[in-house]
Amino acid sequence: MLHFIIVGILVIVMAILTYLGLTGIGLLPVQASAQAIPIDWMFNYQVIAISFLFALIVVPLVYSLIVFRRKKGDTTDAEHIEGNTTLEITWTVIPLFVVIVFAFMGAKSLGDTRRVDPQAMVINVTAQQFAFSFEYPDYGFTSKELYAPVNKQLLLKMTSRDVIHSFWVPEFRVKQDIVPGRFTEYRITPILEGVYKVRCAEVCGGGHAGMRSSVEIVSQERFDNWVKEKQAEALAASQTPEERGQLLATSYGCFGCHSVDGSLLPNGGPSWLGLFGSQVELEDGSTVLVDEAYIIQSVMDPASQVVKGFSPMTFNGTDAGLTDAELADIIAYIMTLK
Amino acid sequence: MKKFFKSALARGLLWQLVGTLVGGGFVTGIRAVMGLEALGRFGFSEPAWVFGGLIGTLTFLGGSGVVSDWVKWARGIPTHDHHEDPPGWEKFINVSLDHKVIGIQYTLTALIVLGLGGTFALIFRTELAASGLQFLNGSQYNTMVGLHGIVMIVAILLGIAGMMNYLVPLLIGAADMAFPRLNAFSYWITIPAAIWLVSSLFLGGFDTGWTGYPPLSARAPVGMQMFFLAVFVVGWSSILGGLNLLVSVARMRAKGMTSFRLPIFVWASIATSLISLTATQLIGLSFQMVMFQRLFGMGFFDPAKGGNPVLFQHLFWFYSHPAVYVFILPGLGIISELLPVFVRKPLFGYRWVAMSSLGIALVGFLVWAHHMFTSGMNEYLRVPFMYSTLLVAVPTGVKFFSWVATIWGGKIETPTPMLFVLGGVVVFLLGGLSGPPNATVSTDLHLHDTYFIVGHFHDTMFGGFVFPFFAALYYWFPKATGRRMNEFLGKVHFWLMTPSFLVLTLGMMRIGLLGMRRRISDYDAALGFDTTHLVLTVAGFLIFTSVLVFVYNLFRSMKKGEIATGNLWNSRSPEWQVDSPIPAHNYAQPFEVVGEPYDYGLPGSKFVEFAKPKP
Repeated sequence: MLHFIIVGILVIVMAILTYLGLTGIGLLPVQASAQAIPIDWMFNYQVIAISFLFALIVVPLVYSLIVFRRKKGDTTDAEHIEGNTTLEITWTVIPLFVVIVFAFMGAKSLGDTRRVDPQAMVINVTAQQFAFSFEYPDYGFTSKELYAPVNKQLLLKMTSRDVIHSFWVPEFRVKQDIVPGRFTEYRITPILEGVYKVRCAEVCGGGHAGMRSSVEIVSQERFDNWVKEKQAEALAASQTPEERGQLLATSYGCFGCHSVDGSLLPNGGPSWLGLFGSQVELEDGSTVLVDEAYIIQSVMDPASQVVKGFSPMTFNGTDAGLTDAELADIIAYIMTLK
Repeated sequence: MKKFFKSALARGLLWQLVGTLVGGGFVTGIRAVMGLEALGRFGFSEPAWVFGGLIGTLTFLGGSGVVSDWVKWARGIPTHDHHEDPPGWEKFINVSLDHKVIGIQYTLTALIVLGLGGTFALIFRTELAASGLQFLNGSQYNTMVGLHGIVMIVAILLGIAGMMNYLVPLLIGAADMAFPRLNAFSYWITIPAAIWLVSSLFLGGFDTGWTGYPPLSARAPVGMQMFFLAVFVVGWSSILGGLNLLVSVARMRAKGMTSFRLPIFVWASIATSLISLTATQLIGLSFQMVMFQRLFGMGFFDPAKGGNPVLFQHLFWFYSHPAVYVFILPGLGIISELLPVFVRKPLFGYRWVAMSSLGIALVGFLVWAHHMFTSGMNEYLRVPFMYSTLLVAVPTGVKFFSWVATIWGGKIETPTPMLFVLGGVVVFLLGGLSGPPNATVSTDLHLHDTYFIVGHFHDTMFGGFVFPFFAALYYWFPKATGRRMNEFLGKVHFWLMTPSFLVLTLGMMRIGLLGMRRRISDYDAALGFDTTHLVLTVAGFLIFTSVLVFVYNLFRSMKKGEIATGNLWNSRSPEWQVDSPIPAHNYAQPFEVVGEPYDYGLPGSKFVEFAKPKP
């Protein structure tokens, strides 16, 4: 009887120490989604059960090994105990009951992770070897990273172009496979601003380890700004170089000095109409063909080649931070003015 | 050397080579005539490799002579009922019909394959020792991981077949298995399969892991097909082995050996064989379907042709989950079998322990979809599968409680086999306790496909197979050889392996919870896992070293071990009541069961009584 009391106390002590030890080291990453809360709630009960059962088996085992060791020279057998039906029924029925309770709790926490917010923001996710892309159908653009406002439910509708992938952000806890030929759904409500990583969790080929995207959770305000930026980028990307060139020429103020109808503006420069491909005479009397090289030279270093009868251009492309790509778009636009 | 070249093994391998070349050449010829691409990146085209592999497997069986008696019977030529084995070691590389020889063949092959699987593990474990890619690229890494998985599975299947073949006829008092030729066939067919498995390494590998999920497996290199072929062929061994064992136990028990007087290991073997016999077909089928998708364009799992990739996962796990119970039930049987011997007390609740094996086996058929909680299958189905999976904890718990109750109040001795039994209990406990979080859908959404799972199942595999397997080897080695293994080296093996292994799996679970995924060749240094991975790699090497100590002990003890021909462990079991090693056809006199198998501590009681020799 004394043995049972000692072991009983040791089991309780060991169970508590195991639980404190396990929870003390921090088992899980930060909790960054509303769905992580019921999941971590479930984890906690499981750690309690694990700690208790670990102690319940290991303590009597180790205790027996120490206390019931065979004495030197003892060759007799131990007491003949074949079993105890009451005990067997007890340790069948109680675990059965516990298992059903845990399964019920598991179902309940699963239900909590699946709560639907009808206002959820829809994002279409496409996975392929070895990248994710995120389409924002409400805003009309696609991004390489997932950018989303905090405290708002996201509904990710996911599909794959090739093989099976899986969407997992450890801080969000929830994981969902992405299957070719169909859409799978992933609902998440981020609750903590920060930069996370989504990593593919289903082996998808040689580059599987590196398949990831940035997941940035920000305030609503920063998200709105980001959307505007992305929309502007998307708009620019949807235009032809000539259209972009016209817009750029407007925004850089080119039309303050250059007309596009052949007229000369006061204190201005040559009109752009028919300019490209023409021969112009410079201040030193030489003539030069207006081609791409000439325009680039004139814009980036206005004083170097001034057309006879005009003063050097006040706009300096180098100082204004005009990029090569922007200038190429503007030239494309000038070429249309014939 | 000369003996080797004349052996069935050498003949079989030669014929396998010839058959493969002829089969592959045949398909190559047909393709050339049809105007299709005749040659591929690896010499033969893919169909030629698959067909060649199939023919090579058949010619191996023909060449090794394992089907000779059947061929003779078919032609009406009578054969001897028994074949005498040659004396000495060469019987192990020739076809033998003696279940003990086949058991040892299985066991030795299992150890070789186990070493191979361990080597693959060390290769990718070394790669993981630090973040960044060191010496493997992503596809090579995936191939190593996949091969480690499947090679270990084959090793475990061979290992349990070894234990069951050697022990079950001895334990039930039979002269042999019910179908000795089928038994030999089941062993020999695993050799060409093992070769095809390793050949995949040289045919482009496969980057899918051992699960081979399409559509990825439908695009992987030719190595994928050889992997499928190998598993398909190994499946025959499992199915036929299970059939043979069930018939043997049903028909060949000694007089008086009623259901509840069967040694507990036999109950575990029955449960295992029921699964092998009825579930293995599904993995063969699922792999065959992907093979046909690749070879004939049948779009079973190809969404572009109306196929469903998730269907594969159902078929695959319908075998592959019950399969893990195939792996562990015999080991748990070994634990239950050996504990009473070393604590000198009856097995507590014998009937409950026996029935719990069947309970695990039957519930095991209803849980497969817990591998698919994130797969995109119907989400409402996840809850019933959670209930059924958690239910497995009940019969498993019965085993643990019964083991503890058996040990409680015993007179415990801890020679090497008992150490491995106890190590098995503790390690399997960790595997068992880390199971329910994976079975519970909500927490599995986080844990699925992480290192937590890797740690969990390595605990179940080591606790349920590796530790008991070593216990069985140390325990029955004297029965097979008449010598015992060195105790000191055995203890070195145990004390080196156990702590290293605990560090390995607990470390895996730790970083898995924090975000380390499975099957990745590289991890982000920003995650801060470098130190842990280095420790895990060192632990892996220590485990391998401990196994080398075991192998040295094994070979040394065969020649120089202390002579032990009697009842070394003071067991009640029938095989220990006669001298070691046991001759062919086992017991010279039949025995009758007159008592309970584990009545230690009951004065004057006996389990079996041998008939008096005829004058």
